[in-house]
Amino acid sequence: MTAFGYRVPQWVSLLVWAAAWEAAGWTDLTLLLPPLSGVIAKLFEIVPTEHFADALLLTARAFAAGTLVAVAVGVPVGMCMGRYETADRLLLPWVNMFVSAPLTALVPVIMALFGFGETTIVLTVVLFAVWIVVLDARAGARSLPASLEEMARSYGASVWQAFAKVYVWAALPEILAGVRLGLLRGVKGVIVGQLLVSVVGFGHLFEIYQSNFLMEHMWALLLVLFALAFAIDGALAALEKRVEYYAAAR
Amino acid sequence: MSPDATAGPRRPEADAGAMVSVRAVSKVYPGGVEALSDITLDFPKGKLTTILGPSGCGKTTLLKIVAGLLPPTAGEVTVAGRRVAGPGPERAFVFQDFALMPWATVLRNVAFGIELRGVPRAEREAVAMRHIAEVGLQGFERHYPHELSGGMRQRVGLARALAVDAEVLLMDEPFSAVDEQTRRKFQEDLLALAAGKGKTLLFVTHSIEEAVYLSDRIVLLSRRPSRVSSIVEPAIPRDAPPEAIRRHPAYLDTVEAIWRGLKQYLD
Repeated sequence: MTAFGYRVPQWVSLLVWAAAWEAAGWTDLTLLLPPLSGVIAKLFEIVPTEHFADALLLTARAFAAGTLVAVAVGVPVGMCMGRYETADRLLLPWVNMFVSAPLTALVPVIMALFGFGETTIVLTVVLFAVWIVVLDARAGARSLPASLEEMARSYGASVWQAFAKVYVWAALPEILAGVRLGLLRGVKGVIVGQLLVSVVGFGHLFEIYQSNFLMEHMWALLLVLFALAFAIDGALAALEKRVEYYAAAR
Repeated sequence: MSPDATAGPRRPEADAGAMVSVRAVSKVYPGGVEALSDITLDFPKGKLTTILGPSGCGKTTLLKIVAGLLPPTAGEVTVAGRRVAGPGPERAFVFQDFALMPWATVLRNVAFGIELRGVPRAEREAVAMRHIAEVGLQGFERHYPHELSGGMRQRVGLARALAVDAEVLLMDEPFSAVDEQTRRKFQEDLLALAAGKGKTLLFVTHSIEEAVYLSDRIVLLSRRPSRVSSIVEPAIPRDAPPEAIRRHPAYLDTVEAIWRGLKQYLD
């Protein structure tokens, strides 16, 4: 992000709301809202615990595996849809349906099929992340300049070479945008999966905190998850910027 | 066309064997647009032949059919006696919009044709370096296309075509996206390059001056659906310096004659 002046108001706004939270917490308005300072203190208390480390490890593993599958499947499928009319006609209606469908409702189905373990959570991440990856890879493949495609063909590229050496790179800005959105949806997926399964990872912790009315714990955990999602987005935005320079030059 | 434009000492050489033969080629695009109608043409080996015609007349379509990028609706194209069924290593294409890979350096772009053939990295980079120097871009090997001017980018496109060592170079309005002064210099360099290599060049352009300046033979196409309207072989001494060519009476006469021929297609 270029604008330092754009970042500052954001932080100021965060500070204002943090102050409001703190103030509201001190008024003892409701048990549900402990003061922010207490939550942050609790955050430093629970983050070093083993439960938290276990949950974080499981979450990170499921998230990594799920998004990896989503990208590994989504990008080739999307590229094929973008290049081949038949594949597009066959798949596009489904992709469009799933990209906007309330996917949370499908998680119990996955649970019924694959049990209450990590597989279910990984598949939930895939289910959340893959569609937008497909759509953006498709858009990238469709925006491929005709002359680059002709260049690959006229210099004798096989279909495989054309995809691996030209099409994927030409579509990279769109693909990365899709991956970024996919990862954010994956974060949702990994949390939703764990909440619904609720016997592993952060879902389990949430379950414990809520049933024992540990509001400071719960808010602290939420803050951690928000920060994680924000960090992932920031890292990808930085990566996207590195390929931006040629998105305009294509 | 006036007969004096076609007369000249170079006439007999033109029959020294056709490298590219176009036989009764027609092209109708899906939707019914008839771009080419029954084109029969020979492109002599080692010569620069320009395809010239009113805009939208199917010049580029013809070139892409020769390249094997488009299938003809009827008729056939042979290159060195073999029937064209798709792109082949004996033909290299230079694109109007350069078609460079923006994520790759000049070196990799130039080496791309031979990279696709599986030539080892060190070897293909050595070949690419040689051709980069040949088109006058030494020192820019590690630059990216967006760091170069339009003229320099097209030099990269030309170097890429030279690097695959094809006998036939197909050039689709290569200088149309290049500014006027750069274009002149580029034309002169192209002539110098072509003279030394004995390659067969097919060159599409809409500029009469460019066609007459560069060509051994000019094919004039009519308006769509295109037919061959006439063939001109400018009787211009090629060994003269560029300024002399552009002032040579044969050059000026041929430009004038072609202009008179093309004027009928303008509304």
